[in-house]
Amino acid sequence: MSYIPNTQQEQMQMLKACGLSEIDDLFSQIPTTLKLKQPLNLPGPLAEASLIKHMNILASKNINLDTATSFLGAGAYDHLVPSVIKHLVSRGEFLTAYTPYQAEISQGVLQSIFEFQTLIAELTGMEAANASMYDGATALAEAALLACNATRRRKVGLPANLHPEWIEVARTYLENQDIEPVIIPYQSDSGQIDIATMDASLAKELSCLVVQQPNFFGCIEDATGICSWIKNGDGLLVAAVNPISLGILKRPGDYGADIVVGDGGSLGNPLSYGGPTVGFFATSGTSLIRRMPGRIVGETIDGESKRGYVLTMQTREQHIRREKATSNICTNQALNALVATMYLSLLGKQGLRAVANQCLQKTAYLQQALLRAGYQRRFTGPCFNEFTISGDVDWAKVNHQMLDKGFLAGLPLQQFDKDLSDSLLLAVTEARTKEEIDEFSGLLGGYCSGS
Amino acid sequence: MNLAVYWGGIAVDHKTGVPLLMEKSKPGRIGYSLPPLDVPELSLDELIPKEYLAAQIPDLPEVTEPEVVRHFTQLSRRNHGVDVGFYPLGSCTMKYNPRVNEDIAALAGFSRLHPYQPWDSTQGALELMYQLDSYLAEIAGLSKTTLQPAAGAHGELAGLLIMKAYHREQGEEKERQEILIPDSAHGTNPASARMAGFVVKTIPSQLQGGVDVIALKDMVGPQTAGLMLTNPNTLGLFDQNICEIAKIVHRAGGLLYYDGANANAIMGIVRPGDMGFDIVHFNLHKTFSTPHGGGGPGAGPISVSKELEQFLPYPIVTKEDHRYTLTKPAKSIGRIKSFYGNFGVLVKAYAYIRIHGPQGLREISENAVLNANYLMHHLKDDYYLPYNQQCMHEFVLSGKWQKAVGVSALDIAKRLLDYAMHAPTIYFPLIVDEAIMVEPTETESKETLDQFIEVMKAIAAEAKEDPDQLIQAPHQTPVGRLDEARAARKPILRWRSKEI
Amino acid sequence: MIAKKGLQYTENHEWLKQEGRMVRIGITDFAQEKLGDVVFVELPAVDDQVTKEDPFTVVESVKAVSDVFSPVSGVIVAINETLEDSPELINEDPYDQGWIVEVEPIDEFSFEGLMSPEEYQAYIEEE
Repeated sequence: MSYIPNTQQEQMQMLKACGLSEIDDLFSQIPTTLKLKQPLNLPGPLAEASLIKHMNILASKNINLDTATSFLGAGAYDHLVPSVIKHLVSRGEFLTAYTPYQAEISQGVLQSIFEFQTLIAELTGMEAANASMYDGATALAEAALLACNATRRRKVGLPANLHPEWIEVARTYLENQDIEPVIIPYQSDSGQIDIATMDASLAKELSCLVVQQPNFFGCIEDATGICSWIKNGDGLLVAAVNPISLGILKRPGDYGADIVVGDGGSLGNPLSYGGPTVGFFATSGTSLIRRMPGRIVGETIDGESKRGYVLTMQTREQHIRREKATSNICTNQALNALVATMYLSLLGKQGLRAVANQCLQKTAYLQQALLRAGYQRRFTGPCFNEFTISGDVDWAKVNHQMLDKGFLAGLPLQQFDKDLSDSLLLAVTEARTKEEIDEFSGLLGGYCSGS
Repeated sequence: MNLAVYWGGIAVDHKTGVPLLMEKSKPGRIGYSLPPLDVPELSLDELIPKEYLAAQIPDLPEVTEPEVVRHFTQLSRRNHGVDVGFYPLGSCTMKYNPRVNEDIAALAGFSRLHPYQPWDSTQGALELMYQLDSYLAEIAGLSKTTLQPAAGAHGELAGLLIMKAYHREQGEEKERQEILIPDSAHGTNPASARMAGFVVKTIPSQLQGGVDVIALKDMVGPQTAGLMLTNPNTLGLFDQNICEIAKIVHRAGGLLYYDGANANAIMGIVRPGDMGFDIVHFNLHKTFSTPHGGGGPGAGPISVSKELEQFLPYPIVTKEDHRYTLTKPAKSIGRIKSFYGNFGVLVKAYAYIRIHGPQGLREISENAVLNANYLMHHLKDDYYLPYNQQCMHEFVLSGKWQKAVGVSALDIAKRLLDYAMHAPTIYFPLIVDEAIMVEPTETESKETLDQFIEVMKAIAAEAKEDPDQLIQAPHQTPVGRLDEARAARKPILRWRSKEI
Repeated sequence: MIAKKGLQYTENHEWLKQEGRMVRIGITDFAQEKLGDVVFVELPAVDDQVTKEDPFTVVESVKAVSDVFSPVSGVIVAINETLEDSPELINEDPYDQGWIVEVEPIDEFSFEGLMSPEEYQAYIEEE
């Protein structure tokens, strides 16, 4: 299959117009010794139908969430997605556009980003948001860099109950710029950060403290208390939030967060084996807004005072400031941000509340069923859409057996922390029905030695 | 000359524009239906302490599904894309995006996978990643690929951290602090180098547009960590001294990084690994046509030499006894993104490579280069061509003849919009005054190219005869030239309800 | 492009005006023209130390950023706060309302190394 329109005859005609006689003449500037002498060692071309057949075979080697019922979470959640989104987002004018450099013919993308920024700012309770980041983890790493830049401090407080992959990404970003991550322990019984045991002098050294809300184990943190602890030392609070939880939980802006980041995978984007999702990044106050990484869209007018949108505050960015830019990010996740914008507007105020409430209620329902079956709550902190249980069970083995029965059971935490080898992290979204939860808890309950 | 001047929209009221979603909101409307809650509902207070609860729900717009459809359809009609018309944006490779790849990425077997499923339940996804890794390594002429980076700049960061890890391994991390970058480079190069904790040194270009080899010799030394280079460079010229450049940098103990933004010029023709590069990134959303989506998602995998494999970010896909698993290289630089990169984008790039095969990829580069040369040949009498030699997949004109009569590259760009064509990249690379960087790609027909030539010639004539037409342009677009200074001086970055 | 009388100029396109003990600093007409519409001035704080030939503030236009270098070493005694809301004053009136800071030099101030208006005019015509 080829998408090249010009026929060989036309190609020859064009070559001739350029004063050349054959295709190879186009590459005369490449030293002969460097030119490939044989074709690339790749499989041969496929017709479209053959490609589809091949891809179907590959896809069928995977068990997907349409055939298995998932209770997996840990940063990627199986939410319901309105059908209309895929139709709108696949419109060629969105799909096949580049970053909106020519504003006058890119008003569609620019306005949608302005709407995305508005929705994220409203959702998080912050003044402004950027056009998107790669994902939640990189958004968090960039937030930590911004905090160091703004406070001129070189330490970042990362709680041990932050998603382990986010900690690892933050380490990669920070340590190579000689910034020291300081791991903040959590209470082994509640699973939450315990500010009462933390040294107040540490707050004076940290550029920022990160709080994940809810945290990796699914527990809701006392964000207000944590915020006042770090503010007492003049550090910043970076909140990493699950956006769906904001249909129920207090907005970060309302407890004093300085920077809010998160992953918008839950906002209408397909799971897609973990990506692409979209990272969001919001902050308040002129000095932090002026230091935000990434693209930002602003409102303006044309010569006839018509409202329009442009990329703005571009002097922060790599194409102008080069090595002094606030970040190297260029391409972001615009189409995923567009999906999030569509999702949030379809849900609206009431829909978001309803989805959040169903996550909360169904999670509580499953948790109680599993406790009744004899499992223990590993952490006592209150939960939203995710919780950790423990039991004297070989989770890897149980997971495989549950998969044979059509269930993706949850994430064994042993791979992240040996002390948590008895623990399993489970998530429930609005997409799970009572029937599924009942069947699942019945089966999983059967493995509990305490029952 | 009879040129149709038009711009898309029909249904959109150009005077008022499209109201924002938030302005369309009416209390009580909803565009979503949720099955009723089927588990017993507990009161919120029982589940979550009151002090953690929101005082009020975020004020999201309340609109219905038909309104949302019409809203985004109207917005889409105010947007240019490759599907709408010619998009010769230099360095961005705006080629046709095959729709079959969208269907494939949307298959439930790919789109409905959870990243933490047991590996035995995702062997197809892992196999795809493993194969794509090897295809990209073959195209790069290198050994192993990480698919983790989400975009080109992200790949640059990962590649530079690999350089750093390599020098650490040699015991030279402290000494080797400098990354050399040509003055013609993409802005992401120096920004990424800084983020990786390096110091940036700029190498001048010589008169033919390539790296100034003599200057390079003077600049390398025990402080050199490496060189970042685009080849063909941002002028669209292949640096013929590349072997010598590689030798100079390697002799000094540095590594070579290949910015693959311009890889559409070289597939199957020449390989960065054979030129002497140690690390290569690809922009899958450019070269491999996984659409750009109005600014992403992209993917920026990097391929590296055998020696550098041990430093790749984790996880990478490993094959053992016909089973695929995710593993961590021995001296990995760490994790750079959650999960496994932009998997959905990887699926499309894999499909793109499979549908083309080796000969097809080569023909892509041949035609990309042919189309660029054809345009350059026909435009160089009307626009100053600062580097008058054969080009690769793109070329850079200068608007300095037009500037002399008061018309800037920006004015030329804006006038093009009136003809339903996207403008080339302007004011880049920085080493060309009034730069106009044109990249047609291989998927444009001769008719489209001829039309662009005609329009560009008409604009050049207009610059002489009626410069005001250009200075005031665009005239036919949904909005006129927008006031960027106003936007930046008093930034309005979100909508706010007037009632507050 | 005009180089105003009564001021001293640097090669980096800053102007200076001595006012008693203080030196008032801004950027020249030529510099503002090159930058285009100024959209933001990152002002330093009063009492900040400045060092001769080091950057002390950043002037931003839509698509360019420029450091402003201090022609003297000393302490900042005043900043032009109106630039926070009206950065366009640098374009509109670079030598008067568009001034940026006032510095109290550490040492006895000398015009050594600076250009007269005539010299600066000749200098920019060469550029």
